[in-house]
Amino acid sequence: MSADLVAAAAEPPADRPGRPEHPGALVDPAGTGETDPREGSERIARRADPTWRRALRTPAFVAGVVITASIVVAAVFAPLLATHDPAAQDLLNGLQGPSAAHWLGTDQLGRDLYSRLLYGARTDLRIAGLAVVVPFVTGVLLGTVAGYVGGRFDWVVARVVDTVVAFPFYVIVVAVVFAVGAGEKGIYVALALVGWVTYARVLRNTTAVYRASPWVVAARGGGLSHGRVVVRHILPNTLTQAVVLLMNDVVFVIVAVVTLSYLGLGVQPPTPDWGTMITDGKAFISTQWWLSVAPGALVVYTGIGLSLLGDGIADVWRAE
Amino acid sequence: MTRTAAAPGHAVTVRGLTIASRAGTLVHGIDLDVPAGAAVGLVGESGSGKSLTLRSVIGLLPRGVEITGGSVGVTGRLGMVFQDPSSALDPLVTVGSQVMEVCRHVRGMTKAAARRRAVELFEEVGIPDPERRLRSYPHELSGGQRQRVVLAVALAAEPDVLLCDEPTTALDVTVQAQVLALIERLRVDRGLTVVFVSHDLAVVSQVCSTVSVMQAGRVVESGTIDQVVGAPQHPYTRTLLDAVLEIPEAGAP
Repeated sequence: MSADLVAAAAEPPADRPGRPEHPGALVDPAGTGETDPREGSERIARRADPTWRRALRTPAFVAGVVITASIVVAAVFAPLLATHDPAAQDLLNGLQGPSAAHWLGTDQLGRDLYSRLLYGARTDLRIAGLAVVVPFVTGVLLGTVAGYVGGRFDWVVARVVDTVVAFPFYVIVVAVVFAVGAGEKGIYVALALVGWVTYARVLRNTTAVYRASPWVVAARGGGLSHGRVVVRHILPNTLTQAVVLLMNDVVFVIVAVVTLSYLGLGVQPPTPDWGTMITDGKAFISTQWWLSVAPGALVVYTGIGLSLLGDGIADVWRAE
Repeated sequence: MTRTAAAPGHAVTVRGLTIASRAGTLVHGIDLDVPAGAAVGLVGESGSGKSLTLRSVIGLLPRGVEITGGSVGVTGRLGMVFQDPSSALDPLVTVGSQVMEVCRHVRGMTKAAARRRAVELFEEVGIPDPERRLRSYPHELSGGQRQRVVLAVALAAEPDVLLCDEPTTALDVTVQAQVLALIERLRVDRGLTVVFVSHDLAVVSQVCSTVSVMQAGRVVESGTIDQVVGAPQHPYTRTLLDAVLEIPEAGAP
């Protein structure tokens, strides 16, 4: 009877689920069911097209890397690039326009604007970089466990997420900073309490999807432990989304840090930071407008860079 | 529910198994006996509860679906083969790692031993050039090869009972015949017990000696392949037989 079946199958069906690409693989003249080795190596060659090469062909990624790298370099090498001590005051030479001594002029206390911008990048990038770590880790952890375990734990996490999301972001952040006290510590605490919800929500949903995926069920059926299945077969699939989210979150956090400093709740003087610089320059906006505009423009520039980087990474990974 | 050992001489014994979700009862108190070393088929259309029955044997029911009554007795280690080989493998992990992972973390082998074992398993399931294929990703393999890898992953745990959930449905028919022959060979060589779920009586009759026909969560007919295919008692079995393009000669291998 198997002969009958095989005869009936001599004409391969045009379309079969699960084998969309490589139509060549459907026709199997030798009837071995195996792939032509040549075809195999061709596929490997196509795959071998490395991620970085594809990344270089993604304009958003390249632009994001260039912009972000320029800011990071400025921040890291601020002590080398700066022409003055960012905190050194020279009250006799306040509010100067650009000159050979002060490339971008000075603020009302005679501090060099160019040097302060560089050190401001240092402050804001450092705070933003640190402030996303705790929310990222907490959110990924809680979201993954909630999505995988489900049940009561999932319910509780979902309700907490809903509660935090229900508050406008800045209302809850400002409230927390007031409670903890203005300054860097306040920013970290506030963002740790609020920032994790986005990660938790996304990770919870993607984990729940992958948890039901056949290969996860298969891995469980093969006798692998829950922990191993999560770490080896779920996280690698969900983490890409979390990282893309992280890149976009850094933008958000930088803006939040600058905003809090602008409101006087963030970085405290004399530490240079873009937010306080915008506030300080406000009084002179009609005459020395660049005092506020320069740090503001850098916030925008950094934000654009990181957004492009996040989109670029997403594009590159999607292509895989 | 109670999970016990199977009846003496049996690999799997299902008694009065009832499975329900919030939507209602999906499987209504079915019985199933799988003697050790035998190949037993479970046939029915989609939604008949055959896959759920199989999943409950290995304890992997989807979320929200529960066993509400009866018992499942299993003697020996279980392995499972899934319907769609393209999704039963993690796309981000090489197929070799997926086999070695089971060898190392289920069988407790060292990395080097797991690698040797993986090559052996690939040879056993008929994957050519196993050393090279270990490094392939699932998308680089054809459907037939992928299903062979799935079989190798299942065999890596050294199971006594192989649960097959429509393992050939997603394959085209020439490859189907080879995978069926492979399962049959593994059963004989390794003394495996096979529980084979399919909607296709023709496929089941190629592998199994006895078969249970399920409809809407109930077993409507069971017996040897000869009895069920040769002299179907239930009208639903006849419908299934009519659905087979080429009705196989009863009992022929």
